[in-house]
Amino acid sequence: MIRSEVIKQLIPVISNHFVVCNIGLPSQELHMLDDQPTNFYMLGTMGLASSIGLGLALAQKQKIIAIDGDGSVLTNFGTLPTIANNVADNFILLIIDNGSYGSTGDQPTYAGQKTSLAAVASACGCENVIECQAEEAAQTVQQALDSNQMTIIVCNCESGNIKVPVIEMDPVVIRDRFMKKLEQRNA
Amino acid sequence: MATIEDRILADFVNNDIEFVTTVPCKQLAGVIAKLESCDSIYHIPSNKEDEGMGLCAGAFMGGKRPAIIMQNTAIGVTINTLVTLTQYYRMPLPMLISYRGELGEPVACQAEMAVHTKALLAQLHIPTYHFHQQEDASELDAILKYTFMCNKPVAILTDATFWKGY
Repeated sequence: MIRSEVIKQLIPVISNHFVVCNIGLPSQELHMLDDQPTNFYMLGTMGLASSIGLGLALAQKQKIIAIDGDGSVLTNFGTLPTIANNVADNFILLIIDNGSYGSTGDQPTYAGQKTSLAAVASACGCENVIECQAEEAAQTVQQALDSNQMTIIVCNCESGNIKVPVIEMDPVVIRDRFMKKLEQRNA
Repeated sequence: MATIEDRILADFVNNDIEFVTTVPCKQLAGVIAKLESCDSIYHIPSNKEDEGMGLCAGAFMGGKRPAIIMQNTAIGVTINTLVTLTQYYRMPLPMLISYRGELGEPVACQAEMAVHTKALLAQLHIPTYHFHQQEDASELDAILKYTFMCNKPVAILTDATFWKGY
């Protein structure tokens, strides 16, 4: 199972929640499969999905799911201690770990070699770290949502990509519709 | 009489800033200490300034006014984030910046980024204010209002003379 299949499997679970999605193919796949105002697509700035997600979770009450990748977490490694030390029980960080930089041509990451992101997250002080296989992603995210506890999920899958169109939506539109929907849900 | 740190914090609070991330600098130690004891502000230290800008982007979208406190060396590491996140999505971000490498600087290496700081900010079209004397801080309230009016990152450079040394 590759990342696009993991995201497809997740749609019924995450569709009604606020999602911050990683730059590149993950955002393009989510956009193609289930575009809606509750999705915040990152069009630039590799690595910051988890930081944006944590900031959102700390600022308001709705549950926030950040869909990140192993390469992006490696890029912004400092995010894990910040998450661990600023617990937001409405925050789920889902790291789809395919062991590669998928959007740039599947170059291998260190997470696919000796480095365990789950072990790093635990060492950083994150309390609920769950490692799962691609087939278990939807169920694991649902359980994390039900637990009402901040959860870091490292979901292992195969590397590989499908062809997806780029997102042509203006960034201000993405941001504005997301904020309006969030404000409405919090009202 | 209120200290300069108290006045800065009061302007933050009066402008409804409730979420502040920091990467420390010696010159900013007093402000950061005040933040910690401020009830209406959530202080979240970040490990790198671009991470902090991500946190601020999230907080803003979640309905809280954010700010970042950092050193001018951070301009070197945050250009991509400022351009493709903060500016691209049109988000406000007051940046209270210690302007190291100016008059009174004891560490030679700090002068290296100091000479690029204003040029980089100008290149990025980031409105920039330079506090050299403590009375310059009387503009902070207006600068914060301006930032949240126009949804832009705005730089407030504070040098060693402003902080009266180290």
